[in-house]
Parts: sequence; structure tokens; C-alpha cells
Amino acid sequence: MINLNFIYSEIILCLAIMILLLIGVFKKNSSYLIYNLSILSLFGCLALILNFPINTNVELFNNSYKIDYLSTYMKILLILSGIFVLLSSSKYVQIIKINKIEYPILILSSVLGMMVMTSSNDLILFYIGLELQSLSLYVLASFNRDNVLSSESGLKYFVLSALSSGLLLYGCSLIYGFSGSTNFNLISENINKDSYGLTFGIVFIITGLAFKISAVPFHMWAPDVYEGSPTSVTIFFAILPKIAALTVFIRILYVPFFNIIDQWQIIIVFLSIASMLFGAIAAIGQKNLKRLIAYSSIGHMGYALAGLSTGTNLGIQSSITYISIYLFMNLAFFCCLFMLRRDEKYFENIEDLSGLSKNHPILSFSLLIVLFSLAGIPPLVGFFAKFYIFTAVVEQSMYTLAIIGLLSTVIAAFYYLRIIKVIYFDPEKERYEKNHNIGLKISLAFSTIFILFYFIYPSPLIEIIEKINII
Amino acid sequence: MDFPILSSLILLPLIGALFIFFSKSKSNTYLTIKYLALFVSFANFILSLYLWYLFDPSTAEFQFLEERSWIKGFINYKVGIDGISILFIILTAFITPLCIVSVNSTVKYRLKDFLVAILVMESLMIGVFCSLDLVIFYLFFEGGLIPMFLIIGIWGGERRVYSAFKFFLYTLLGSVLMLVAIISIYWFTGSTDIIYLYDFGIDEKYQYLLWLAFFSSFAVKTPMWPVHTWLPDAHVEAPTAGSVLLAAILLKMAGYGFIRFSVGLFPVASEYFIPLIYILSLIAIIYTSLVALMQEDMKKLIAYSSVAHMGFVTLGIFTFTQQGLEGSIFQMISHGLVSAALFLSVGVIYERMHTRLIDNYGGLVSVMPKYSIVLMVFTLGAVGLPGTSGFIGEFLILIGAFKKSFLVAAIASIGVILSAAYMLWLYKRVVFGEIKKDEIKKISDLNKAEIFILSVLVLPIIFFGFYPEPLLNTTEISIENLIEMYNTNINSNLVKK
Repeated sequence: MINLNFIYSEIILCLAIMILLLIGVFKKNSSYLIYNLSILSLFGCLALILNFPINTNVELFNNSYKIDYLSTYMKILLILSGIFVLLSSSKYVQIIKINKIEYPILILSSVLGMMVMTSSNDLILFYIGLELQSLSLYVLASFNRDNVLSSESGLKYFVLSALSSGLLLYGCSLIYGFSGSTNFNLISENINKDSYGLTFGIVFIITGLAFKISAVPFHMWAPDVYEGSPTSVTIFFAILPKIAALTVFIRILYVPFFNIIDQWQIIIVFLSIASMLFGAIAAIGQKNLKRLIAYSSIGHMGYALAGLSTGTNLGIQSSITYISIYLFMNLAFFCCLFMLRRDEKYFENIEDLSGLSKNHPILSFSLLIVLFSLAGIPPLVGFFAKFYIFTAVVEQSMYTLAIIGLLSTVIAAFYYLRIIKVIYFDPEKERYEKNHNIGLKISLAFSTIFILFYFIYPSPLIEIIEKINII
Repeated sequence: MDFPILSSLILLPLIGALFIFFSKSKSNTYLTIKYLALFVSFANFILSLYLWYLFDPSTAEFQFLEERSWIKGFINYKVGIDGISILFIILTAFITPLCIVSVNSTVKYRLKDFLVAILVMESLMIGVFCSLDLVIFYLFFEGGLIPMFLIIGIWGGERRVYSAFKFFLYTLLGSVLMLVAIISIYWFTGSTDIIYLYDFGIDEKYQYLLWLAFFSSFAVKTPMWPVHTWLPDAHVEAPTAGSVLLAAILLKMAGYGFIRFSVGLFPVASEYFIPLIYILSLIAIIYTSLVALMQEDMKKLIAYSSVAHMGFVTLGIFTFTQQGLEGSIFQMISHGLVSAALFLSVGVIYERMHTRLIDNYGGLVSVMPKYSIVLMVFTLGAVGLPGTSGFIGEFLILIGAFKKSFLVAAIASIGVILSAAYMLWLYKRVVFGEIKKDEIKKISDLNKAEIFILSVLVLPIIFFGFYPEPLLNTTEISIENLIEMYNTNINSNLVKK
């Protein structure tokens, strides 16, 4: 008999999705209610996960579903960011009129898909989770259907993502063919070092996952989709799929294929270097903040991959630290974007920030903190993220990677500085509205305080993440 | 020592900055926040003097040690001072209140933000000088970029954006390599604690690359030729208080870094790279002095003279003689005072004439007699005339250099003559001669605040010129110890070979 209490959080979320859907169908004008209930159900899930002893390590359903420290931690991150995304964008969705009942439900189902991904210990289950989150994201990207850009981004994301899913599936089938199983544990036992089929399979899987985290050269969709989607969806795109895909990266590379690390390590190093450099250079010419943050997130994923490429527990931990910190930096950045509202209209170009510091000192200070943190300047949290990554990278004597990575932070610093320049050095423009809802303010305050004051006591985060031992 | 005096020195300005940041920014509170900032920074100065009083110069051990677990099992927050660092802390605490007094006339808008930036800057700089862990040091060292970028960018002159970017990117580029080196040191030795590393020593084969990585950071910050080009731009565009901070303290972080890290941690590599440092220092002394001669902008001229003076400092450090090192530290302190004073003086007349071009001045002596007198003292201090603090530093450095190499010292001496040439020529063109412009006739002499600031700077320049004992005493033992450590390392390395 399978012990279902290990997956209560997933079950609850699943039930919540169905119930909310029913409410939405039978009750008129219930979008606001559903929005709040979704937040509530996410809180419920979070409580259930936290309630559970974190150091459990069980495998359910014929070893295809794994609950361990990594998955629990990542689920907490996913749900937390889901809550923050919903909290911070509640006013936004009302104003641009996408507060349909489906919107929060799609977000919930996407989160559910990601939770399945983080726990999957089997290629099939992993694929199911991946598709659940992707399908929800296709719809979400084009949710503002009266807007051409939004529809275009949804379609673009759908076509390219379907292609990458196809590649990924092909890789899965190759691996199944050459190892005789879809279960990670069994693959790991049956692995044959000299088999080209397996290597091909890994390459295809890496391609599919690299697409999800928008690593170069599979990044083409990111800028368009980020720009076209409603901002409330862009923030979702920028944070959650990356957390999930990174977890799967760790699971697949470090459990079944750890023995053939020499085959995939170089690929990850390449992805990492290419993403860091491309993200830094391509962002320089951008004018739209959402597009810019797309390139910046490409670069940031390069750093997370650098940690992953080391093949050590320390590297994995540094990647996880990186993604956790990245979450808060992006959250804070998008919260600032949500605050640029005037006359029921949102602004998202760099020039709209001109002289912001004169009329909105606190908002510009938060942006200043966030941008310097994204650039990795100490003592802000972004520096620590990079510091841990490079600690892990240097431990393995991968100096080239470390030096290229750090040099690209200098290049990247330029475009962050450019935004700061516009905010602080340029002449002022019209004021923005100041009445924001409390959820947005809390999200921004929380993330900014985290970014600014993390350096005072950095131990707890490290201590939590240190317990993740995959190898 | 129960009272964490060093941490208080770091924290006090930060707390002051927090208060000011959250205060209401109305025009009638402007004075209040200024006095608050002044009070905080002055209290910090008093505290730093008290620190000097408590400081025991008869030992080379680190004093006032504080250690707290920071990232568990990895990095500890560790601060402490010895005879080398204490003077820089006092200098920082001394210069900051002067900057705040000087904002009266130079900062016209957003005073609140400016004061916050200055105070944050102060605490970061004090942190640099007393941190005893490489990562903590890096944190403070790099953190200073943020407030300085804003100071140049918001309150600077016409080309402030260009200068602020150049300053930021140059320094960042230099520093990232140092970060790689710091992490490598951690993996080579298992610690980033400086005291531990001093005892432990770093394997000779790693030292060369590590030294170069640290060098890349400090060379940009010093700045040494050929990466000095950010400094004139930054100085020219920065507001007066920013220039003062930059010249008086920021540049010293690199000189201090050379002594503490390059020499202290990598003695073998330091010995190996002596020729490189000598050549770059001599180029800095001669070449930038010549460049300074040709400048038409006063601030730019002083900026280039800073590069030349810092050339003396690096030269002195890498003589590894008692005189050379003491002279370097003395020169840094003296240059901190003199360059701060010169920038403030330029600020005074810039306020009145709104131009920094030397050609627009002339004949100031007849309308601004008091100003001409103090500027004379500062000019002579920059020249290194006996009786000013500038002389002691340069003299000691040259003694050290002569011990090491006659040729190097001889070439460096030319720099002394050149410095007299450009400084005195500047003074002549600005102060003497006929009054060329009608506007000059109308300008007023120093007001009370300016007299106060400038005379506060005149006093130590002359005092330490005649009586350098207090400074030299403080540093003596620590430097002896450093040189001894250095020599044992070099000798044991020779024996190994």
C-alpha cells in the first residue's frame, strides 16, 4: 500500500484546482474570489510541506516518485514564489483585464506540474510534469489575447517548446532503448559507458531542459516571450520554470548519468559560458525592461549552470543557492515594474524610469539595490550568489570558467548601471501613482530587505542548502 | 577588550546614514540632517582618536581583535588593526567630517542622499582598513563602488555619466580577478583569515599568479600607469567632497592593500615582481608629472599629481626597507591631507568663478590674500618642501630607494623636481600675475567655514612636517615585523632552491 501522506501537498493542490474550476464555472463574477482562494491554497500546500519532516527520503509508486530534501526544498521555493507572484500581480491583472477565472487556476496547475517535475525519479513522470507546466504556460503567455504581442509570444513559445519537448522525448526514448528502463535508479545501474546511444540521449535531454531555462543557444524564445506576455506572466516565466528545470537538471545529471560525467560536463560548461557571455552582451542594447531582464536571466542561468558543471555536491549546492537568491532578485525587480503605473497604464521601457529618484525615492532605492545586486556588487545578496558559484568552480580548478564568468559580470554591470544612470542621473518625468495594493508592497519590501541585509547573517540559507547531498 | 571599538567605528556612520535616509526631506530640515551627519562623523573621529590613544605601538601583533562566526565553517567576520592600518582609519575619520562641512557650498541639491552616500562610504572605508579576512576585505573594498558611483554620477559635472561608468567598470574589472584569487587561496590553504595566512604562508608556486590577480585590482585602484586614466576623469567630474574622498582615502586602499596583501601574503612573488613595480612607478612619476605640467584644468592637474605621488608610494613599498615602507605610509597620509586640501581649495574658487580652467584665473593674491596663503602651504606640501609633511614621506622613500638601487632613486628624484615645477607653476598662474578678468575683482575672500576647513588641514600638514614622530612611532614596529617576515620568507625560499 502506498503511503499517500507523503504527497498530500500535491493532492491538495490538485483538488484545489478542480474545486476552484467548479466554483468558477457555477458562480458568476468569481474571479476575484478564485484569485484569493488560489493564494490560500498555495499557503495550504506550503503549510503541508513544512509540516512534514524535511529529511524524509522515500520513493513512491515503484520508485518513480521521490520525496527527499532536494525536492522538498525546491517545492518550498516553488510555492513561495508562486505565492509572491500572485500577491504582487493581483492589481496588475485587474487593470489590464486578464483577471479571468482561468488565470490563477492555470498558474496553480503549472505549479503542480513543476512540483511533479522536482520529485520525479522516472523519465515518464518527469515528462508528464514538464508537459503539465508547459501547457499551462502556453496559455498564460497568450492570456492577454487582445494584444498582438501577447498572442505572438504564446504561439512562439508553444511552437518552440513543442519542438524542444519532442527532442527531449526522443532523448528519453533513446535512453530507454539503451538502458532498458525509464527509472533513474535502474538507468544508473544499467548504464554503459561506451554506448553512443546513451550519449545522444543525454544530449537531447540537456537540449530540452536548456530550452526551459533559456540557456544559450536555446534562448531564442525568451526575449520575445518575456516582452510579449503580460508582466504578471513574465515574472512567472522568469522564476518558476527555472527552479523546476534546474532541479530536474540536477536529478538527471547527477543520479543516472553521474558515472559518465566526462561526457556531459563539457556540454554544461559550454552552455554556461555561452549563456553568461551572451546574456551580458546582448542585453546592452535593449530598451525594454522586460526584454532586458530576459537577457539578464539568460546570463544568470549561465552562472547557475556553472555551478552545476562542477560535478560536486558543493557545485549543486551553489547552484541551488544561486537560484534561491535569483528568485528574490527577480521578484523585487518585477515588483518595481508593477509600481510603474500611471492612469491605468503600465510602463516598461528604460526611459520611463528617467529621474525616478526625485519623485519616488524609496522605489528607486529598491531598484538601485536590486540592480546592483543583479550585477553582483558586494555586500548585496547577488554577490554572495556569484561568490558561492565561483567557490565551487574554483575548487575544481576550472579557472577558465571562473574568469570568463567574472569578466562577463563586468560586462553585465554596464547595462545594470545604465538603468541606474537613467533613474538617478537623468531629468525627471511625470510622477507615477503611489497607491499600490498591500501584497505588492509586502513582496517588494520583503525581497528588498532580504537583498540588502542578507550579508549580516548569511549562515542560515547556507546551512539549509548544505544538507542537500545528491552524490 | 570588551567594547567592540572597531565594529563601532564601522557601524556608527551606517546608523547615522540610516537615520538620515529615513528622515523627512523638507527644506527646513536640511540643516538638521547636515548637523546630524556632522555629529556622527565627528563622533567617529573622536572614537578613532581614542583608538589611537589605546593603541599600543610597541607590538606588531594585531590589536582590538574581534571575531564572529559569519558564514559557518567558512568565513569569520574578523577585524583588527596594527600599526599599518590604524593611521588610515584615523585619516578616514578625519577627512569625512571635513567633506561634510564642505558640502555647504558645493552640493546644491539632494543633500540628504549625498550625506547618506558619504557616511556609507566612510564606514566601508574604515571596514577596508580593519578587516582581517580576505572575503570581508573584498566586501568592503568593492562595496565602496556603489556610493562613489552615485556621488560622481548624481552630483558631478558635465561628463559625470562617462566618468562614473569609467570609474565603476575599471575598478570592477580589476577586482574580479582578485576575487578569483581570494577563492583560490581559500582552496589552497583552507582559510581566508589573514593572520592564519601570515603564519601559514602560501605555497611559492601559486604566489606569482595570485600576486598578479591582486595586483590587477590594486593597480587600478592606486592607480598605476597605464590604468590610471579613470582617475583624472573621475576627479574632474566629481563634486569637491567626492574628489576629496577619492584622493584622500580611496586611493590609499590600494596602497594599504599592497602592503597588507601583496607583500604580506606573497613575499616571494613580490620580490620577483619588483622590476615591474619599479618600472611602472617610475613611469607614473615621470610621465604623469609631465602630463600634469600640460594640464589646463586645475582638478585634472592635481589628479595627475596624485598618480605621480602614488607612484612614489608603490616605489617605497617595494623597496622593502624600513625607510621605504614607513615613507610610503607617511606619504599616503600626507598625500591624503594635501590632496584633500588642494581639492577643497580648488572647490573654493570654483564656487566663485564656476570654472576650473587655469587660464581664467590670475592675480588672486590681491583679492583673496587669506586664500593665497593657505594655498601656498598646500602647494608646498605637494611639492614636498622641508617643513611640510610631504617632504618626510618623499625623503624616506628616496632613502629606501637609494638603498635598493641608485638608478631608480635617481630617476625618482627627477619626479620631485617635476612636482615642484607643475605645482609652483600652477600657483603662479592662479595666484600671481595681473588680474585678467573683471569677475575676479569682485570675488570675496574665504568665509568662516572655509577658513575653518582649510586651517584644520594646514595644521597637520605643517605639524607632521616638523614633528613626524607620532606617525612614524605608530608604524615602526609593525613595519619592522613585516620586513622581518618578508626576509625570512625570501631566505627560506632561497634555501629551498
